[in-house]
Amino acid sequence: MSDPFTTIDQFIKNLLIGLGLEAEVTEVALNIVGAVVLGLLVGATAIILIWAERKLVARIQDRLGPNRVGPYGILQTIADGLKLVTKEVLIPQGADRYVFIMAPLIVVTGVIGIWAVMPLAPGLIGSDINVGLLYVIAVGAIGTLGIMMAGMSSNNKYALLGAFRTVAQMLSYTVPMILALLIPVMLAGSMGMSTIVEAQGSAWFIVLAPLAAIIFFISSIAEVGRAPFDLLEAESEIVAGFHIEYSGIAFGMFFVGEFIHAFTIAALFSVIFLGGWQGPAVESFPLLGLFYFILKTWFMYFVVIWVRSTLPRIRIDQINAFNWKFMTPLALVVFMVTAILDKLAVEAGFNRAAVLLAANAIIVLGTLFLLRAYATSQRRRLEVTERPQVQRSEAASD
Amino acid sequence: MTGPQIIFLAAAAVTLIAAIMVVTVPRLVHAGLWLILSLAGIAVLFIMLDNGFLAVVQVAIYIDAIAILIILAMMLTRAAMSDTEPQINRMWLASAFASLIIMAGLLWIVSQAPAASRGPLVDAEVGLDALGRALVDVDGFILPFEIASVLLVAALVGAILVAMTPARGD
Repeated sequence: MSDPFTTIDQFIKNLLIGLGLEAEVTEVALNIVGAVVLGLLVGATAIILIWAERKLVARIQDRLGPNRVGPYGILQTIADGLKLVTKEVLIPQGADRYVFIMAPLIVVTGVIGIWAVMPLAPGLIGSDINVGLLYVIAVGAIGTLGIMMAGMSSNNKYALLGAFRTVAQMLSYTVPMILALLIPVMLAGSMGMSTIVEAQGSAWFIVLAPLAAIIFFISSIAEVGRAPFDLLEAESEIVAGFHIEYSGIAFGMFFVGEFIHAFTIAALFSVIFLGGWQGPAVESFPLLGLFYFILKTWFMYFVVIWVRSTLPRIRIDQINAFNWKFMTPLALVVFMVTAILDKLAVEAGFNRAAVLLAANAIIVLGTLFLLRAYATSQRRRLEVTERPQVQRSEAASD
Repeated sequence: MTGPQIIFLAAAAVTLIAAIMVVTVPRLVHAGLWLILSLAGIAVLFIMLDNGFLAVVQVAIYIDAIAILIILAMMLTRAAMSDTEPQINRMWLASAFASLIIMAGLLWIVSQAPAASRGPLVDAEVGLDALGRALVDVDGFILPFEIASVLLVAALVGAILVAMTPARGD
């Protein structure tokens, strides 16, 4: 087996040309079919994703989870989907009709669009553009637009509040995310997704840049808006946030979009930091690459669910303080240190992995030391000042 | 008509119609959404020119950052959500004249371009590399590049100053 995907591609192409189609038309038609199949596959994954997540969260919370429809409740999602499809899509009075309907479509489109540049296996990638990572950021942020449209078109103050929170959170967390993504780009020397995976043949980037990986993971969870960052739909405060007025399949699309988005960031993490399809014996059996990619993605998805079901939701001011006062400066420091050391280490002939790992360890220690110093000074301040004054300063910061 | 021509005409039509809608729809928020469609049309035109980088940057900067910020600013403004004000005030003649002058200037500049540069663009990969080097080259564009950074830093400091709560008495 040299490259099964190219072989299959060539086979179908030759078959269609042999049936009398023009070469150019065949190319376009195959691209369209490929895009549709990839999009549908990703969409269909949501059925398994939702079931797996409900089952896992239930186990973590010492419950059984869905267990009535089909073996182990595996058909529960299909039953729920059918229910959503048959329900009426209500459009509230005073709502901005077309914007209201377009919002869920844009959210789902933005998520599925990312898969166009996802390298699934060696040679199996929708479109290997040389600015793949930039494309991921650009397309991924379109979802923000969809959520804003949903919030402002619903004619509901809770929806609008949810949209405000979304923008505050998603736009802020894009900053550390992009800074963290610059590091794998530097290490691989390219923004193309295939090149990034190929560059991880000797060492995965999570080894070379563990801090960048953690920053990317946290900020992408915030981008998806999952717990502990699920403020945009905090049930206890703003009921359901931006999708409060949505029903039927329009709500279903937001729901599915969120699950696929979580799966997508798991896939992105495994591609950018865990070596994507890299693994033993991939050179001789490229199909194994697909298996490795799916395995790593599901592992990361498990971590996302694990984080979601373990941590409580945090407050809006804490979210933004954490981002602007901790994540962004840390990402800046890591970025600069990696840029300088990577250049120097390679020129001086040192072991790249050892130098970068040591640098990361020093940054972690420094961060912990600074945090400890800050916490100590805060505690001392609280101990010295009197109680009423503390309350006043807290009120001022809200 | 070939495939690319059809796509070009469709994208150009969408861009122009959306641009006209931006200045004619009565609701400010809708104008912002039409602006996004218009900018997306320009991204398609960049792809037609075989420059994926500029297309992606167009989406990332203009749609994800600028347009969303414009809409956010509108949402924060009082009653902008349902405001339906007439789109024409007494200055419309003067502004139409001004935009015509700008358009004439742009057309003149484009028509002055040497014929050789009107062909297909250079290979996107090489062009991107050259762009990156030119931005930090002393003979290139380092001065405007650094001035832009200073401007951005000034904007950041300004934003912090505006948002800073007046002395808390710590």
